[in-house]
Amino acid sequence: MSPDPLADPVRFIDERTSSAPLMRKGLRYLFPDHWSFLLGEVALYAFVVLILTGIYLALFFDPSTAKTVYHGAYTPLDGQTMSDAYKSVVDISFSYKAGLLIRQTHHWAADVFVASIVMHLMRVFFTGAFRKPRELTWIVGLILLFTALLEGYLGYSLVDDLLSGMGLAIGYGVGLSIPVIGGPLMLGIFGAPFPGNSHFESRLYIAHVFLIPGLLATLIAVHLVLIMARHHTQFRESRRHTERRIVGVPMFPGQAPRSLALMFFVAALLVVMGALIQINPIWQWGPYQPWLGTNGAQPDWYLGWLIGALRLMPGFDVTVGHYTLIPNPFWGGILFPMVVLGVLLTFPFLERRFTRDSAVHNLADRPRDAPFRTAFGVAFLSWIFLVFAFGAADRAFVLLDLSYNVQLFAFRIAIWVVPAILFVVTRRWCRALQAAESVQARREAAEHAVDQRRRLPASGD
Amino acid sequence: MKIRQWLLALILRRLLGRGRETPPAPAPQPERIVAAGSPDRRAENLVVALLGVAVLFGLGFIVTYAEFSPADMPNALLGICLGGCLLSIGVALTVVAKRLVVTEELEDDYPETHPGQQDEIAEIVRQSGSRITRKRLLLTAGAAAGTTLGLAGLTPALSLGPFWDTGPLDSTPWRRGTRLVDESGGPLTADAIQRQTFYTAFPEGADPELIGSPLVVIRLDPDKLHLPSGRAGWAPGGILAFSKICTHAGCAIALYRNPKFPPVEPKPALVCPCHYSTFDPYTGGTVTYGPAGRPLPQLPLTVDAAGHLRAAGNFSGRVGPSWWNVRERPT
Repeated sequence: MSPDPLADPVRFIDERTSSAPLMRKGLRYLFPDHWSFLLGEVALYAFVVLILTGIYLALFFDPSTAKTVYHGAYTPLDGQTMSDAYKSVVDISFSYKAGLLIRQTHHWAADVFVASIVMHLMRVFFTGAFRKPRELTWIVGLILLFTALLEGYLGYSLVDDLLSGMGLAIGYGVGLSIPVIGGPLMLGIFGAPFPGNSHFESRLYIAHVFLIPGLLATLIAVHLVLIMARHHTQFRESRRHTERRIVGVPMFPGQAPRSLALMFFVAALLVVMGALIQINPIWQWGPYQPWLGTNGAQPDWYLGWLIGALRLMPGFDVTVGHYTLIPNPFWGGILFPMVVLGVLLTFPFLERRFTRDSAVHNLADRPRDAPFRTAFGVAFLSWIFLVFAFGAADRAFVLLDLSYNVQLFAFRIAIWVVPAILFVVTRRWCRALQAAESVQARREAAEHAVDQRRRLPASGD
Repeated sequence: MKIRQWLLALILRRLLGRGRETPPAPAPQPERIVAAGSPDRRAENLVVALLGVAVLFGLGFIVTYAEFSPADMPNALLGICLGGCLLSIGVALTVVAKRLVVTEELEDDYPETHPGQQDEIAEIVRQSGSRITRKRLLLTAGAAAGTTLGLAGLTPALSLGPFWDTGPLDSTPWRRGTRLVDESGGPLTADAIQRQTFYTAFPEGADPELIGSPLVVIRLDPDKLHLPSGRAGWAPGGILAFSKICTHAGCAIALYRNPKFPPVEPKPALVCPCHYSTFDPYTGGTVTYGPAGRPLPQLPLTVDAAGHLRAAGNFSGRVGPSWWNVRERPT
């Protein structure tokens, strides 16, 4: 007799898929218990929120740059000529119930998504969790991060408000600056010189709602499968935690409610942010035209390092005679992020080469355990962060009255000097911590020995 | 009392034919897989209460949605209702995790590698190809076919844009004699151009959105101009026109730095707000600050009999962000 799939689903499924061993293994899959391991989960749940809110938005968004005259709910824009795309987003914000909430939640979720990926990346880097056998997980994660940056950029470029158009213009300029292929490549993507032909908006749209999310979902799936194949790393918290034995809370019943609770907390946070904290009020920027611009424009935080790099770069095009070889935006907009990606991608392999350590590592380092890696990571991050910080120099000028010129001068020096100093300081700090620990360990060993000697005659009694 | 009930039950079960001859011996408890823990009724009550709160918040969201019109929809209330619903469920799950299920730390082996099977796989592949004598030739032919198929598959993508025809990147709608018009399409007269402000102009009858279209027009003291050689007469009455698209990354030159007190402040300049490339209009748009690598292209102007501004030719250089191409029009 066949079991009732509702009354006995396990039997029903196993009889059809022979997957009971897999299910059992999945239920008892072990999660080492450490708060920092949740950062990646936050990213995963932010992605879930992005998909759900994104589906709603896609049902109301109109990916067309055809012109229309606005006569909608937001009266300050009444009578303005704008694209259907921009109008539909203004309508989502004002004319559809809960549209503004969903739009702002979507935008906040994107910012939190990238932020949690970056934090997760730092955790993995500083604990050496990228080492063998997890290099592939690291590489897939990095590609995920950079794909997420592109996805976010495409998302706010779709809207066709003033800021989104300025961002697209910069993207076009940066793309054009790629030597040899820049011109043809941009003509291919935009269909015509900027602002592109009538197909461009729908190309952006299909990339943002289908191609890139599909890629992201695939990369996330591969990332998770790779993690499960090798399990999480763990810290050496007790003698039970070894390179060969993992200690952790099983997926069910221990981990599942905790992880689901995290999912609901992330979703709750994002929805409340979407409700209470205004983000990208596109109706204030107005529709984009190529001849319009505004001062004080800032991208979403995760592209701040690129605007900083573009602004920090001294003004020159590499030319031979009357021919431009490498236009200026290439350095900050293409080379800089590619160097960052390249260093991160190759780091596991370089580290293995220089430390001659090709062993399997399931125990995570504490940052102090690897002084060079920690020092390098701090220096490298500070380099990127300083470039990022300079992206806000115009705001610092307005808010703090710091001369832009002085900041430019200071940052051009600081981005090289500060990482060097931080490298030396961090390495010393790590070694000092190690030394302090070995002193502590020797003292404890000595006290233990004294204890033993005292106890011996007593036990002979 | 209890015995009578028990007897009654026994008789009833016998009569119905479902009972057993003897009360079953207590079956040996199977060894527990999940560690045991004591029940916690207060935690259960708490979870039920929290889920109840979630229901209320969820209803609050639905009612808010239904009650208000789009015009006065309280976004904060909507979000707090939905967020409260999610938060209550999250807290309920936390109580479940902390107090209703056992959170035990278990041990397991990290997965092993399988050297034996690795060798076996290599051997399977090797043996499978043992009948083939010219492996390299076959592989080359296969690679050629695969690559060609891939290229053929990508070929339709060439229709995406004029890849090879980069001419459009260099073209502008400006011709000798094209009239300058403002955003509403009306012609710009020379007399209307004031100092200390700037104007945006477009070519009459052309698409204003083309990157080669928009101009920034200003008037400066003609005696102080130091335009490059060959640009004599490009600025009638001190009126200068430049492309409004920055040569750095393509943003609009939307800022005009205009000193309030010229003796001590920097002189007028055209500034792009994206990365603060700054161009000196007195010297024909040369870069004085910021990341731009080449000057802002200048458009020669004339004033016609009616006093309208007209282009006297095309720009001094290529419009828009730089790319692998001519840097400036050779003179």
